[in-house]
Amino acid sequence: MKIELTDQQRENQQRFQAFVEREVMPRAEVYDESGVFPDDLALAMGRAGHLGALAPVEYGGLDLDMISFGLQNEAYGRGCASARSLLTVHNMVLASVLRWGSAAQKARWLPGLAAGQSLAAFALSEPESGSDANSLQTYAVLEGDHYSLHGSKKWITFGQLAGLFLVFAKLHGKTTAFLVERGSPGLAVEAISPMGGCRAAMLAELRLDGCRVPAANLLGRPGLGWTYVANAALDNGRYSVAWGCVGLAQGCLEASLAYVNRRRQFGALLREHQLIQAMVADMVAGVEAARLLCFKAGYLQEIGDPGAILATSLAKYFGAQNAARVSGAAVQIHGANGFSRVFPVHRHWRDAKVMEIIEGSTQIQQMIIGRASAAG
Amino acid sequence: MSEAPTKKKIASFLARHLRTAELDGDEDIFAAGLVNSLFAMQIVLFVEKEFSVTVENDDLQLDNFRSVNAIAGFVARKQAALAAS
Repeated sequence: MKIELTDQQRENQQRFQAFVEREVMPRAEVYDESGVFPDDLALAMGRAGHLGALAPVEYGGLDLDMISFGLQNEAYGRGCASARSLLTVHNMVLASVLRWGSAAQKARWLPGLAAGQSLAAFALSEPESGSDANSLQTYAVLEGDHYSLHGSKKWITFGQLAGLFLVFAKLHGKTTAFLVERGSPGLAVEAISPMGGCRAAMLAELRLDGCRVPAANLLGRPGLGWTYVANAALDNGRYSVAWGCVGLAQGCLEASLAYVNRRRQFGALLREHQLIQAMVADMVAGVEAARLLCFKAGYLQEIGDPGAILATSLAKYFGAQNAARVSGAAVQIHGANGFSRVFPVHRHWRDAKVMEIIEGSTQIQQMIIGRASAAG
Repeated sequence: MSEAPTKKKIASFLARHLRTAELDGDEDIFAAGLVNSLFAMQIVLFVEKEFSVTVENDDLQLDNFRSVNAIAGFVARKQAALAAS
């Protein structure tokens, strides 16, 4: 067994880190405060190819291996969870089109998504359907050459900016996936703001009032939207979030290490106090453990192993809780400073709580892991 | 080519993940309530990785995945189509 990045993966990692340190981190506090993700940052991410991470080269993507995709999410998570969440939802949709799309659907949407010319959002949650994600009230009716969608979707990350939505609706009582373009007749997008964490994730509520969707925009097969399309997308999203949590915790650790090396109390640097050392040791162990779970999930994802689903759930479960623990410790180490906007740990701490809720809450992960482990 | 090794691999995979005794060849794992949506996805991943075939949208029919024999038959058809192409 060997846990070591290839030269290509290391090169990818350095490129992503450099981009995030140059383009994201210097302005993350400002746009988090405003709650508005900068258009030019999304464009820069697209120009750098970062929104086409999983798309094959023939569609203009980077065609990253799953470890490199993970490292990309770690790099973004270290800088800003809102920016990382754009990677997450955009790739959930892109990967869904890639996996379940017809040749015509791939040709139509993948080049634009890979280039970041169009952003994508994953529209599953509803006002009355969160963790119980398959209990949708939104429904679709076939009317000639198109479907009419009725219902609403809530908490749709980057819904305010997306040009393409992957919408789930019941068709003859069974969940079915539809690709819905912004501007479709009967679709209204309303901003949800302000939020407590991931404040610049541009959340939206979608109102589908007889929204007209061409029949050719059904993704996959009728009735298989939950079992295959949504589950595969959520698996992809969990993988992205799990790595993002590693990055968030890593960012908190680095900020804390810098702080304990310059802050003096009781006549000594914080790093010399044993209770601080204990906190730092727990943070280091947590970050390392979370990263190793992600590496395992990434390896299994890369080789297409069926165990990847459970490994990814484990990585997300542990990673999200670890991000909350580490960011909480980081705020504690920083004291009152940690609650100010001068240091990034306060933002990370707020964002970490979101990680325990999105792409399957901590309790949903516990159910997946518990059932799979105790079945039979 | 004999389907026996294929069936053995499928039966072993299902038994390991469903934590059941070895399944009868025609036992319907969906009708028995043994398969949730996540495991349905795992079966697809298993078939693709183990037998080097691609499961297409049109292949996602219960009849292709409901039992050891059904999966083995599906794999045999996919491999035959691959060999013929």
